[in-house]
Amino acid sequence: MRQITLSQAVNEAIAEEMRRDPAVFLMGEDVAEAGTPFKVLSGLVEEFGTARVIDTPISEPGFVGMAVGAAMTGARPIVDLMFGDFIYLVMDQLCNQAAKQHYMSGGKLTVPMVLRTNMGATRRSAAQHSQSLQALVAHIPGLKVAMPSSAYEAKGLMKTAIRDNNPVVIFEDKLMYQDKAEVPEEEYLIPFGEAHVKRAGRDITLIGTSSMVQVAEKAAALLAADGIEAEVIDPRTLVPLDEATLLESVRRTSRAIVIDEGHQSYGVTAEIASRLNEKAFYHLDAPVLRMGAMDVPVPFSPALEDLTVPTPEGVAEAARRLCGGEMIHAA
Amino acid sequence: MGKTNTEDYLRMYRQMVRIRTFEDNANQLYLSAKMPGLTHMYSGEEAVAVGLCEALTDTDRITSTHRGHGHCVAKGAAFREMFCELLGKAEGYCRGKGGSMHIADQSHGNLGANAIVGGSMGIATGSALRAKLLGQDDVTVCFFGDGATAQGLLYEVMNMAALWKLPVIYACENNGYSEYTRTDEIAAGSITARAEAFGIEAHQVDGQDVLAVNALARDLVARARKGEGPFFVELMTYRYHGHHVGDINREYYRSKDEEKDWKENRDPIIRFRAHLVSEGIATEEEIEAMNAEIEADAAEAVAYAEKAPYPPADEVDMHVYAD
Ligand SMILES: Cc1ncc(C[n+]2csc(CCOP(=O)(O)OP(=O)(O)O)c2C)c(N)n1
Ligand SMILES: [Mg+2]
Repeated sequence: MRQITLSQAVNEAIAEEMRRDPAVFLMGEDVAEAGTPFKVLSGLVEEFGTARVIDTPISEPGFVGMAVGAAMTGARPIVDLMFGDFIYLVMDQLCNQAAKQHYMSGGKLTVPMVLRTNMGATRRSAAQHSQSLQALVAHIPGLKVAMPSSAYEAKGLMKTAIRDNNPVVIFEDKLMYQDKAEVPEEEYLIPFGEAHVKRAGRDITLIGTSSMVQVAEKAAALLAADGIEAEVIDPRTLVPLDEATLLESVRRTSRAIVIDEGHQSYGVTAEIASRLNEKAFYHLDAPVLRMGAMDVPVPFSPALEDLTVPTPEGVAEAARRLCGGEMIHAA
Repeated sequence: MGKTNTEDYLRMYRQMVRIRTFEDNANQLYLSAKMPGLTHMYSGEEAVAVGLCEALTDTDRITSTHRGHGHCVAKGAAFREMFCELLGKAEGYCRGKGGSMHIADQSHGNLGANAIVGGSMGIATGSALRAKLLGQDDVTVCFFGDGATAQGLLYEVMNMAALWKLPVIYACENNGYSEYTRTDEIAAGSITARAEAFGIEAHQVDGQDVLAVNALARDLVARARKGEGPFFVELMTYRYHGHHVGDINREYYRSKDEEKDWKENRDPIIRFRAHLVSEGIATEEEIEAMNAEIEADAAEAVAYAEKAPYPPADEVDMHVYAD
C-alpha cells in the first residue's frame, strides 16, 4: 500500500470533505497561500479558493467564535488553531459557547465544527509552543476530542470529525507531520470511540495517545526482548472513550500503564487509570500507573526538555517493575 | 397613511406592549419566589428590540444577551414556551435547560441569549460569514450592551466583518449602565467612533423612538442584504428595573429622579401610543383593548407554565451531544 505523511493525510481528508460538501470551509491564520507554518494545508486554496480557505487576522477568539456561529447556522467550519497552546485564548468560545449550545437549547441548536490544532514537546519551542492540552477540553461535556497516532488515523478521524454534528477538537502531534504510514487510496472513515489494538500481548496493557502510541510500541519491543508481552492500545478518541476495549484488555493482562503527553496531574492518564481501577479492580495485580508529562512548564534547553516527557525506556522500565510484582506508583 | 404602515405600526405597538407585559409577569414570578434563579428585565428598552426586529424576517438571525426576553419576543417567540423556559419546564423553548439567560428560539432565527457579556459577538459574525459563504441573503443582528463594548472580541469580529463585508448589524443597546457602573466610567471616547475606525458605517439613534429605530433598521437591513454591510448602531435607551430583578435599592448608583424622568418623559410605549392616537391610527379604546388582550394572554401563559411539568429526570444527560 502507498505511504503518505500525516500532513498529507490531513490535507487529503480535508480536501475530500470539501469536495463532498460545499458547506465545509477552512479558516485560520495563514491557512491559504501559506498553507499554515507546517504546510499541512498547502494546495487547498488553489483548489477551493479564498472564499472557502480563509486567512484570518490574528484573532483567535474572534475566528473561533465566528466558526461557532457559522456552524450553528448551517456551515461546517474547520478552524486551524496554529498552536495548541493558543487554546487558552479561545476557551470561552470553545467551552462556554460551542460546547454548550446543543444542551442549553434543549437539542435545537447544533455546532458541527472542527478545531484542528496540535500538541507535543521536544521541538525546542519552550513553554508556550509545546503544550499538550487535550485534558483541558476533554474535561468539558459537549466537546469531542480526537488524538490521531499516525497518518492513517489522522485521515480517518479528520473525515469523521468533519461529518460529526458536534464540536470536535483534533490534536495532531506537530513532531509527527512528516511521519509516514500506510494510507489506502480508497475512502475510509474511523468511527469515534473505537480503540485500536496496535499490538497484542498478555502480560501488561500499555495505553498510549497520539505520539505516545509510538513510545508504547517501542517500549513493547524492548519488553519483548525480556520476554514480557505487552499489549498496546490506542484509544484514538478521548471523548468518546472506548472503555470496553481498554477494560477487556486490562482484565486479561492484570496490569496497565497509561501514557499521554499532557501534564500528569489531573490529566488524561489520571482519568483513564481511574476508570480502569474502578472497573477492573478485582482483575488487577497492581494499581494502574499514570505516565504523563512532568508537571513543569516545558523548558527550552534540550537537556531539560527531554526529561519532561515519557520515553520508551522509561515506560519499559516501569512495565518491568510492575510485571516483577513491585508496587510502584507514578512519579 | 397607507394600510401597510397602519398594520406595521400596530404590530410594533403590540410587540412593545407584549415585551413590557412579559417582563411585568416575569418580575412578579421572581418576587413571589416562583421563578428559580434570577433574571434581567428589558422594560424600558422595548423600542430597540422591536424597531430592529420588525425590520427582519424569520430567516434573519439575531443573537441576544443576558437581558434577552425583549429580543426573544420581538423576534416572534410565544409567551407559553417562554414562560415555561423561565420556570424550567419541559415545554420551554430549551426544554428548561437554558432558562432566562439562554433562551433561544431557533424557529424564528433567535440564536439565543448569552450569559457571557459579549459572548455572542463571534456567533453573530459567524452567522453572517455563513450567509455570505453559502450565498444566502439573510442578515444577522448582534445585540449587546454598552458594557459589552469593553470586550476585546467585539474589535476582533468587527475587523473581520469589515474586511469581508459581512451582512451583520452590531446593535449596541446603551442603557447608561453596565451593572452598577455608569457607562462614562467604563467607556473612553465615542462608541460609534470605534466602529468607524474599522471603516464601518455607524449611527446613533434614540432608542426610545420605535419609528426612528425601525426606519434606520429597514434601511440598514436592506443595504446589508445587498452586501453593503456591516453596520453599527448605538441605541440610546434606559432600563427601568435594576440590573437584575434582585437589584432593588440602587440609589447609590442612579437617582430616583433620573429613573422618573426616563419613565415619565421618554417611555417608548407611551410616546408611540400618543402618536398612534394623534395620527388616527388607533383610538384609545382600541389600544386599551389590545393591552387587555395581551395581559390576558400573558396571564394564561403564566398559569399554563406554572402547571406544566418539569422535564423528566432522564433528560438530564440528553442533548449533551447531537447525533
Ligand atoms: C464576561 C462576563 N463578565 C461579567 C459578567 C457579569 N455581568 C453580567 S451583566 C453585566 C453588565 C453588562 O452590561 P451591559 O453590556 O451594558 O448590558 P446591560 O446589563 O446594561 O443590558 C455584567 C458585568 C458576565 N456575565 N460575563
Ligand atoms: Mg448597559
